[in-house]
Amino acid sequence: MKDTFTLGGHEFTSRFILGSGKYNLSLIKAAIEDAGAEIITLALRRANTKKEENILDYIPEGVTLLPNTSGARTAEEAVRIAHLAREMGCGDFVKIEIMRDSKYLLPDNYETIRATEILAKEGYVVMPYMYPDLNVARSLAAAGAACIMPLAAPIGSNKGLATKEFIQILIDEIELPIIVDAGIGRPSQACEAMEMGAAAIMANTAIATAGDIPAMAGAFKKAIEAGRTAYLTGMGRVLQRGSEASDPLTGFLGD
Amino acid sequence: MEENQFLIENSALTGEALEKKRRLEQDPSSRTDHMAYMEGMEQIQSDVRERVMAQTAAYDYDRYTAADVAAALSHDTCTIEDFKALLSPAALPFLEQMAEKAQLETRKHFGNSVYIFTPLYIANYCENYCIYCGFNCYNQIHRKKLTMEEIEREMKVIADSGIEEILMLTGESRKMSDLNYIGEACKLARKYFRNVGLEIYPVNADEYAYLHQCGADYITVFQETYNPDKYETLHLMGHKRVWPYRFEAQERALRGGMRGVGFSALLGLDDFRKDALATGLHVYYLQRKYPHAEMSLSCPRLRPIINNEKINPRDVHEKQLCQILCAYRIFLPFAGITVSSRENARFRNGIIRIAATKVSAGVSTGIGDHEAKYSGKEEAAAGDEQFEIADSRSFDEMYDAICAQGLQPVLNDYIYTDAEDGSRF
Repeated sequence: MKDTFTLGGHEFTSRFILGSGKYNLSLIKAAIEDAGAEIITLALRRANTKKEENILDYIPEGVTLLPNTSGARTAEEAVRIAHLAREMGCGDFVKIEIMRDSKYLLPDNYETIRATEILAKEGYVVMPYMYPDLNVARSLAAAGAACIMPLAAPIGSNKGLATKEFIQILIDEIELPIIVDAGIGRPSQACEAMEMGAAAIMANTAIATAGDIPAMAGAFKKAIEAGRTAYLTGMGRVLQRGSEASDPLTGFLGD
Repeated sequence: MEENQFLIENSALTGEALEKKRRLEQDPSSRTDHMAYMEGMEQIQSDVRERVMAQTAAYDYDRYTAADVAAALSHDTCTIEDFKALLSPAALPFLEQMAEKAQLETRKHFGNSVYIFTPLYIANYCENYCIYCGFNCYNQIHRKKLTMEEIEREMKVIADSGIEEILMLTGESRKMSDLNYIGEACKLARKYFRNVGLEIYPVNADEYAYLHQCGADYITVFQETYNPDKYETLHLMGHKRVWPYRFEAQERALRGGMRGVGFSALLGLDDFRKDALATGLHVYYLQRKYPHAEMSLSCPRLRPIINNEKINPRDVHEKQLCQILCAYRIFLPFAGITVSSRENARFRNGIIRIAATKVSAGVSTGIGDHEAKYSGKEEAAAGDEQFEIADSRSFDEMYDAICAQGLQPVLNDYIYTDAEDGSRF
């Protein structure tokens, strides 16, 4: 059976969502190919209308565009940006990013729930970027989100799974796909998140700042696939430390 | 007096004006109190000024050692003490390591992006006597204020070149360039550009709110020097003389609803280490108070002006400027850093690899001469420039230069989110 996951009724095989910001547009096509990505994000604030700069021209057909609401500080602003994306022909997918902090760019969970509620009702496939909090994730699911996108670490930090324990709780408790977003700096970290049971990985800075962008996209692809296979197979036994006690604690038990 | 290098003669002044100019220059008691707000200037309650000035006053940069600098460079997050060490003379031998750390922070926060904008000077009338500035009211230059038709023509020429972000500037004259004039210019700019910033005389919060409604979302105000005593000897007359009103401009702009604010000292006017410290702390404390605001820094050094070729940035050489920019980046990794055409092409090509995230291109600091400059068409009626630029590259040349460094030129990273503006697309 094909291993796929579903977002708003659309089925995807690739579990690598690629960012398109922070690097040269001419590399986007090669990055998509080497990443095997089927979804690519697009910051609407960057989507220039001038011909030579129009990112839409660089994206191969068949790849799903995921416009994000970067630049929004409130639910209302995010809703407006989502409307603009739809008008520009970017489709019905939207990644909600609402930041009220210019230093760490941490998402505002409260505003994100509000925006999710509004946009899901309007028929968007809503993918909310959030700080991993179980109660918020439940509210987002109830509001009609298509998935949950918890951050691993502050965006751009490349610090890896700093919120690992909390992401694991979301994976265990929420029925929707959990897509780990932001902070993943190395293929090995992407692999680890997939081993945990994440449905997909979203990465941008780690690839955008690599020496060879398409090659790094390829490295992430392999790591994500490896982690996925390990998760599906069921991880083998990993001893915490030492070996098994030769004098078992329960050895005293009689009949 | 040390600052006499700035003073220039103007044979066109009447006897009375000349006498007033001389008196202002020579007799401090003839000048107004630079710490007292003038009538109509809004006073806000804020502790930011106090905090910045207390840190700056206590800053003894000779106290810092190589060990302090090495420790600062090894820390994951940069404290105020670390920032002070990085700005100290002891940090200069660590310039390469500072650049490496700064580059890492820049890439983390901005990726490979370098933003391009152009400034558009729409008027050069000025009521201030700031002795180092080409626009000062006693300097004999061609004055000009563009009409709305002329502004629109300039904007068309600039927009046709490919530029999408504009910074509009005026001299500081409320009388000649009133708020309504600037607001109307903002509305025009919204037609041609995707991002409109202003660098004008400081105004009250409700006036910033009006300009915001007209389409501007970014305000830049240079404090010039954070040392009030020095400031007093350089800004001898006019509204700009009031140091605290200027200091609080960014906070008023944020209260007026602006998304972003820009800061700077004019390096070379006073002790540059203290001015750089104060600039960084001004950003730091305001960011803590207004965490949603987008902060940016500039780093202008003094340049020659019309009628005074001798003005120079004194002890702020390229190495010191680079040190300051690296320290800014490490202390404030999230802040945009603009390097203007006051610096030459070699410096700008290098600094975008380390710390700068925004550069100007196709620059003219004169009034109404873009059409002539961009098209080669002669036009005699332009107003004179504020200072001499050192990098005259066009938009296309700058775009290619950024690409040549393996970086990505970005023309716009802004989206108007106000309801009434949604129809823009």
